[in-house]
Amino acid sequence: MTISRKDIEKVAVLARIRVDEEQVSALEKDLGNILDLVDQLAAADTANVEPLAHPLDAVQRLRADEVTETDQREAFQAIAPATENGLYLVPRVIE
Amino acid sequence: MHNKSVAELSRELESGKVSSVELTQQFLDRIKREDGQINSFITVTEEQALADAKAADEQRAAGKATPWTGVPFAHKDIFCTNGVRTTCGSKMLENFVPPYDATVTESFRNAGAVCLGKTNMDEFAMGSSTESSYFGATTNPWGLSQGDKRVPGGSSGGSAAAVAARLVPAATATDTGGSIRQPAALCGITGLKPTYGRVSRYGMIAFASSLDQGGTMARTAEDNALMLNVMAGFDPKDSTSVDREVPDYTATLNEPLKGLRIGLPKEYFSDQLSPAMEQQVRNAVKEYEKLGATVKEVSLPNAKLAIAAYYVIAPAEASANLSRFDGARYGYRCADPKDLMDMYTRTRAEGFGAEVKRRILVGTYALSAGYFDAYYLKAQKVRRLIQQDFINAFKEVDVLMSPTTPSPAFVQGEKTNDPVTMYLEDVFTIAVNLAGVPAMSVPAGFVDGLPVGLQMIGDYFSEARLLNAAHKFQQVTDWHQREAQ
Repeated sequence: MTISRKDIEKVAVLARIRVDEEQVSALEKDLGNILDLVDQLAAADTANVEPLAHPLDAVQRLRADEVTETDQREAFQAIAPATENGLYLVPRVIE
Repeated sequence: MHNKSVAELSRELESGKVSSVELTQQFLDRIKREDGQINSFITVTEEQALADAKAADEQRAAGKATPWTGVPFAHKDIFCTNGVRTTCGSKMLENFVPPYDATVTESFRNAGAVCLGKTNMDEFAMGSSTESSYFGATTNPWGLSQGDKRVPGGSSGGSAAAVAARLVPAATATDTGGSIRQPAALCGITGLKPTYGRVSRYGMIAFASSLDQGGTMARTAEDNALMLNVMAGFDPKDSTSVDREVPDYTATLNEPLKGLRIGLPKEYFSDQLSPAMEQQVRNAVKEYEKLGATVKEVSLPNAKLAIAAYYVIAPAEASANLSRFDGARYGYRCADPKDLMDMYTRTRAEGFGAEVKRRILVGTYALSAGYFDAYYLKAQKVRRLIQQDFINAFKEVDVLMSPTTPSPAFVQGEKTNDPVTMYLEDVFTIAVNLAGVPAMSVPAGFVDGLPVGLQMIGDYFSEARLLNAAHKFQQVTDWHQREAQ
């Protein structure tokens, strides 16, 4: 299965990774090779096989609905790229 | 002192022949002297290590020692360490100082072990050569004296090279598709990937959450057992951690192997394997027969699909896990973003390396509308077939044995041009992660002066049996004691 330039541009937007024009050809080749490898799966007979998401087929544990974490905002925000008055700063979203 | 195992160092400390401060200083000096050409460490925490060593000596004097009190070791730079930067080998986390400890970090801290620093790795654990690290490649100590710069394997190549070069007696590591066993094999040391869920993943930076598992690296099986004693156990902070009793893994190391049933998966003795490698592995199996084991051929008919299934599932999970690196809350942010989208896309384009970006793109593609069933769901179905192969095999045998890798350590740069060539390096290790069973790599000989690893795969939660089998082998062989010149 080949992957087109258009596919790569679309996936790059979905993945929020900027891909420059000159990188697209190399990605087309590399991702194409990876998908060729992956295409071996198509030949496997998986009729009536349940998908396996977790090796031990575990299910999510529940815990008591209690407060277990203390507020550590200052420690967490100390490593943020930009904060102000206890808020994370990002470029303006709403004009 | 640097040639001693964790078990031996622990006894030396207990007898008072050496203090932890002296020991720690000796290993720090070795790192300073030797690591320039190996680059196995990203960060060395000299000051903190000496302070921890002093505290350990005081603990011991107060009669409150564990086997690990005062013993130096290192963490793969994927385990969060409170107050010490944790990079995961990426520019994205170059200046990330976690405000908390991983559970594994906390466990070693509570045991009194002295962490000397954080070891190098492929970026976000995606690789088999430790060449994709933002902090430069790690070089395998084997081959250096011949002037060869060979890879140590990966992604835990820094931990493996540091142990092989005697810069630390032990180091933590992680294994998503072979990242403990393959570097252990290429560096001539012993490594264990436990059963999925045996060791907490809390604070271990996520790559592919249904495959990632923390584990151990040291020269001897006994030291791996000592490490697992610290690391294994239920953790309420990890929703996939298994609530099951943890045995003392050192207690059964000397159990006799008489009657041990070994299976040799015929698919792992294929033409991908060089005759010289195969010979070493078959010699190792003969040693086990001398120890009383029986050997038969078995089949893992779907093993050939493991790489294909893995390269859907792992990138898909990675694309979701790595979406958290958005430049907003921690880690790298691009300069002067003009709007939010620009901040996301440039932060991620500049912060991630080529292989990480490739995998995020593949994973995003596999999960996108129209492809989910054909790729992701299909891969998960094949994953069950692969698991079933192991379940069937373990009805007949106790341990599966195979080579860990198709060939010994390759030269740096040899496999970096084509990602798929690099992926094939994990051809014998990857099915184990899909099934979630435990496996080890144990030194089993040399080809062209380079170490060969014997892979041993066990049934779910059979770590004690694997460690026992590895330990008995190491009582009658000395491959694990050989040192790179």
